[in-house]
Amino acid sequence: MTQLTLTVNGTEHALDVPPSRYLAEVLRYDLGLTGTKIGCDEAECGCCTVIVDGQSVDSCIYPAFKAQGAQVSTIEGLAQTRSCSQNGSSHALELHPLQSAFIRHGATQCGFCTPGFIMQATTLLDENPDPSDKEIKECLKDTYCRCTGYTAIINSVKAAGEYMRTGTMPEAELPSVIEPLSQIGQPLERPDAVDKVTGAALYTDDYTFDGMLFGATLRSEHPHAHIREIDTAAARALEGVHAVLTHADVPGDPRHGLVENDWPVFAGGRFPARYVGDAIALAVAETAEIAQQALGLIRVEYEALPAVTDPRDALQPDAPQLHPDRPTGNLLKHIKVRQGDVEQGFADADIVVERTYRTPMTEHAFLEPECALAVPAGYSGSRPSTSKEPGASDHDSDKLTVYVGSQIPYSDRRQVAKSLGLADEEVRVIGTLMGGGFGGKEDIAGQIHAALGAQVTGRPVKILYSRQESLIFHPKRHSTIIRIKTGAMRDGKLLAVEAELYGDSGAYASLGEKVMTRATTHATGPYVMPHAKIDCYAMYTNNAPSGAFRGFGVTQSAFAVESNLDILAAELGMDPAELRRKNVMRVGTETATGQELIESVGLLECLDLVEEEIRTSEDGGPSSLSSDPWTSFQIGSKRYAWGIAAGYKNTGLGGGAPDKSEAEVEVFADGTAAIRTSSAEMGQNLVGVLAACTAQELGLPFEKVHVTVMDTDLTPDGGPSTASRQTYVSGNAARLAARAMRQQMQTVLAEKFDTHPDVIAFHEGLAYVDEKRLAQMHGAELPVEGANGTNGSTGKALPQSIRSISFADAVNALLAENRLPKIRYEYWAPQTQPLGTGGDMHFAFSYAVHAALVSVDTDTGEVAVERVISAHDVGRAINPLSLLGQIEGGIVMGIGNALTENYIVENGIPWTERLGQYKMPGIKMTPKMDSHIVEHPTADGPYGAKGVGEISSIPISPAITNAICNAVGVRCLALPVDQDALLLAMRDKEREIDGHWGQT
Amino acid sequence: MSRWRAYHTPTTVAEALSLLHQHKDKARIIAGGTDLILDMEAEHAVVPEVLVDVTKIAGIDRVALEDGWIVLGAGITHTQIESSPLLRAQARCLTESCGVIGGPQVRNVATLGGNVAHALPAADGTIGLLALEAEVEIAGHGGSNRWQPLLSIFAGPGRNRLAPDQMLHAFRFRPIAARAGNAFDRIMRPQGVALPVLGIAARVRLDADLRRVEDAVIAIGPAGPTPFRASGAEEALTAAAEFDDAAVENAVAAAQEQARLRTSKYRASQEYRREMIGVLLRRVLQAAVERARMNDAPTQVEDT
Ligand SMILES: Cc1cc2nc3c(=O)[nH]c(=O)nc-3n(C[C@H](O)[C@H](O)[C@H](O)COP(=O)(O)OP(=O)(O)OC[C@H]3O[C@@H](n4cnc5c(N)ncnc54)[C@H](O)[C@@H]3O)c2cc1C
Ligand code: FES
Ligand code: FES
Repeated sequence: MTQLTLTVNGTEHALDVPPSRYLAEVLRYDLGLTGTKIGCDEAECGCCTVIVDGQSVDSCIYPAFKAQGAQVSTIEGLAQTRSCSQNGSSHALELHPLQSAFIRHGATQCGFCTPGFIMQATTLLDENPDPSDKEIKECLKDTYCRCTGYTAIINSVKAAGEYMRTGTMPEAELPSVIEPLSQIGQPLERPDAVDKVTGAALYTDDYTFDGMLFGATLRSEHPHAHIREIDTAAARALEGVHAVLTHADVPGDPRHGLVENDWPVFAGGRFPARYVGDAIALAVAETAEIAQQALGLIRVEYEALPAVTDPRDALQPDAPQLHPDRPTGNLLKHIKVRQGDVEQGFADADIVVERTYRTPMTEHAFLEPECALAVPAGYSGSRPSTSKEPGASDHDSDKLTVYVGSQIPYSDRRQVAKSLGLADEEVRVIGTLMGGGFGGKEDIAGQIHAALGAQVTGRPVKILYSRQESLIFHPKRHSTIIRIKTGAMRDGKLLAVEAELYGDSGAYASLGEKVMTRATTHATGPYVMPHAKIDCYAMYTNNAPSGAFRGFGVTQSAFAVESNLDILAAELGMDPAELRRKNVMRVGTETATGQELIESVGLLECLDLVEEEIRTSEDGGPSSLSSDPWTSFQIGSKRYAWGIAAGYKNTGLGGGAPDKSEAEVEVFADGTAAIRTSSAEMGQNLVGVLAACTAQELGLPFEKVHVTVMDTDLTPDGGPSTASRQTYVSGNAARLAARAMRQQMQTVLAEKFDTHPDVIAFHEGLAYVDEKRLAQMHGAELPVEGANGTNGSTGKALPQSIRSISFADAVNALLAENRLPKIRYEYWAPQTQPLGTGGDMHFAFSYAVHAALVSVDTDTGEVAVERVISAHDVGRAINPLSLLGQIEGGIVMGIGNALTENYIVENGIPWTERLGQYKMPGIKMTPKMDSHIVEHPTADGPYGAKGVGEISSIPISPAITNAICNAVGVRCLALPVDQDALLLAMRDKEREIDGHWGQT
Repeated sequence: MSRWRAYHTPTTVAEALSLLHQHKDKARIIAGGTDLILDMEAEHAVVPEVLVDVTKIAGIDRVALEDGWIVLGAGITHTQIESSPLLRAQARCLTESCGVIGGPQVRNVATLGGNVAHALPAADGTIGLLALEAEVEIAGHGGSNRWQPLLSIFAGPGRNRLAPDQMLHAFRFRPIAARAGNAFDRIMRPQGVALPVLGIAARVRLDADLRRVEDAVIAIGPAGPTPFRASGAEEALTAAAEFDDAAVENAVAAAQEQARLRTSKYRASQEYRREMIGVLLRRVLQAAVERARMNDAPTQVEDT
């Protein structure tokens, strides 16, 4: 220990810390300033940015003793330093202009990157309050965000600068939407926004408990091996080690899994290691360092087994078997779509195009690595709720409690309880804020291990994964090989598709079967396809498991479908937009699985909007202005062209899976309400959606609704946050719970005012008799519910009424009648049917068209996306600001999928070990984006809304490769695009490349 | 990863060297740490017991004009280089090459000395310095300071020739001559590799008519195990009667011929790099010659 003296946000500290501390550790763990985040520990992501003596640094690799005697500023100091008001008496938090701008422009989603961005941006604005886009991008070039797609961040920095210069902050520019209601269709501020911009937001690693121990996980050295022996004696003997656990220590079910119970809590004993991420032992110790050290002392004797790492090899009869007890061997699932008669279809076709496409394994790269913290039953301290609802903190049950940022809290509870041999009710899962999920936080990570550690040691145990561990361990997006054959008539009418997909599902089932089912059912694209024969083989291999990832398999098949379509258009000499227009799904058409689309198909309108905008676009370049936007043009060494693609994506689980969510609403005598459901908030602003639905139904101001999510003791089960389902399913549960509450209050108030319940209206915190409606009612016709099926208010001025009381008094009236102020509503989404039955597989689909203007440097092969024009049919925009965030974030993620991302594994051993080796798009790759919203409401969705979380990242990748082909005549059959291969193909006049970056 | 046990921040060179001498191979110099710490975390470097932080040494981050040389302390950060008016006027190839390293948070702490000492053949700062024909001052325990050519300190990829108790103290190069100009450019790929596919820095001096290249220095990385000077290309340029397309193409051919290009997995094929030598050399020579033509009467630089 050495003494470190430094001044943080104006306060001097003298600390005894080991000389090997990094500044981020001192701030977070020694000073409790957890606003500074750690996303990578390798100077890659910028989450840990703080200011030292006026200069920004990545504090994760900054030795703390470099800051000896220095002035350090962190996010926590930003608002406070400005909080002095004129009269000096106010203690209200005054936000820095950047903090306000980040809120108002939607630049914070999961919020994990936000402190780093704000700190880094202050260094720019301090010097130059009027920065250009280019200067902003240079300043933030190594600060990464996985959620927003950066445009909102750029806009925020500009807005903050403008505020600093002029004293007024410009509003966010939003896409136009249909007429809003009082809460629906409004760009309302996220309920968690202030916490996220001030560093007060707490993620799992930000919690500490008295007596807390730290766990570290030993993982397999081999992609496939029997584990003969595990010798933990030396590790146990190490001072500070409290337990070393292996497969022998699991009291309950030794395996877990979301769909199939095939994933061992620990490999060892009868379970071989099946990929290098498999856990073999857990060391629990006084400090994280000691736990790591203990891992080095564990001796494991492996018997290496042959590994299979290519899904096609895995299907061979002589392939090494991963799960020998499975009757279908390595075949996780053969998924089939059959429609019409493909042979006839191809025979009738004038033209047939067939290609094989490949997509890589990709990584969610959420900026917050996984962390789980378990507090044992019998723990004497308190287990704080993460809810901000007044009174939530009083609820403390003496149960084994797991804090975790998870997409499916109830599933975590089930899996933890089962492996620990407990009843579900003996476990509480409390969801903390999540620094992004994107599908990668659905499976169990450290939850069971932490719970086991806590149970064995009787002390709280935290397990935080390093970025490296996160990369190795968690399920990825399936790599696929897709052979697809498309047949059409000369006039462009599509007739038939035949496809064969191989999906690498890795070592465990995870959601692999579901994901590849979606890839298969969507492999016709959003087009009318009379004949289809699609076969998909989801295979077990010794690679990392593949599971859910935004797009859920459709990202992959859309790349193949939309590429083939452009090849077809070229061979037919047809405009690619026209070819799509001829075939797009419309109301009344049928999907390839036999579902008739009866409503809410806004695809054609999306196509029209996008095409119109390209044709009128000024960036279209000289040659394309009036005529053909798909023709390329050259400026300097760069060749430009537009490319287009369409896509669709189901909302909800579908395929016959019961899809329900339960929400609970409670009203309080202080005039507020609470809405509770376990659905996960991972950055998408579900909490805002839930609050808006509840506020709309109860006629309350948005801020009067407290939202509690992700707590298995306090919130009913909202089901998984997956399949773009939460806005629809949990939004509906919240809406209908609140509506039931409103109806109950209407009944009570009707009696009080001696009138009909239907004329009791709620608006802006008041309950009143709607005299106008009453008059109408007396005039014979009984009105249905108010406009848009809500409570009669459209957000316009409050109608005059002499009979009104406050919402608080309305609640008192309810209580006086001995009615319960709490209602639970279990919402069941419309029934769906399994694949193959010909029934409706899904209750709603979202649609999108994306067009990308791409430049290819003909000297170097470098590809850049310059502009993206998109249109999304989302049914209804509940919150246009958050919706835009989902769209822009999804598009930029799709750009990464096309151009940069590949999780590379060589013979079962990951090459991609660090974040620096997995480049997600940075701010410099963000194109100018024009995003249109199309609202074809779906009858059962909340106010007409359907999902948007995934569709936004689906058509963009093929739009980019289509644009590349339009620009330079080279078709990329594999992702991500490799500038090296592209340049050599241009030079050698090759028309197609199936080389991609990372090819081994 | 286990970690170091002691962290020293000496304020004089003598103190730093005596610490290094005292702990021998148990000690390691740290400057910005942006290479060293990452290497240690990734277990590519052995973790030393003692870190000797050289960035608090007085004068280690200086930029000065001394005895007709422009002198840079080895601890100067890339941010300081980028924002130095003197260097912007005198050494564009250096401000350009250091200006593209990492992002601001990295450049605020990463040093030129660390970039050079890390000894990667494609290190951007090193390539910029090489085109300036820089010399490096090595300080050794016992006060043995000496200047030597930059290229002489590289032993192989990631290996320099410094003894454990020596450190890089400073770099120096001559101010820009009349009718001289320099430039740097590089090719990156957006995927998961931090180092450039190829980087080239060039410095040229033109004759009085501004037509012929009288003197040329061309640095390329990576084009061999250590930072590389394309002497063949330099000769091709100075041998030409005029700076024209033919002269440039001859230089390109000579550089392609002489460079030892490799296919590095996930970074670039040999073939691609060969093409990039042409692309970059054309771009960089064009820029350097344009600057040389503008630099007819160089502004006087004063000692700072
Ligand atoms: C995100 C990121 C992006 C990067 N991008 C680039 C890039 O684009 N181009 C590029 O070239 N580099 C890049 N780097 C690498 C790195 O930032 C540079 O090489 C940097 O200049 C190293 O300097 P440093 O002060 O951090 O060195 P350190 O890490 O402190 O030291 C590096 C090595 O040099 C030794 N050393 C340091 N100073 C001295 C001295 N005075 N005398 C003797 N030995 C010394 C150390 O012992 C160590 O072996 C990047 C790094 C990161 C983290
Ligand atoms: S840069 Fe420090 S945590 Fe990523
Ligand atoms: S908001 Fe930026 S990473 Fe989530």
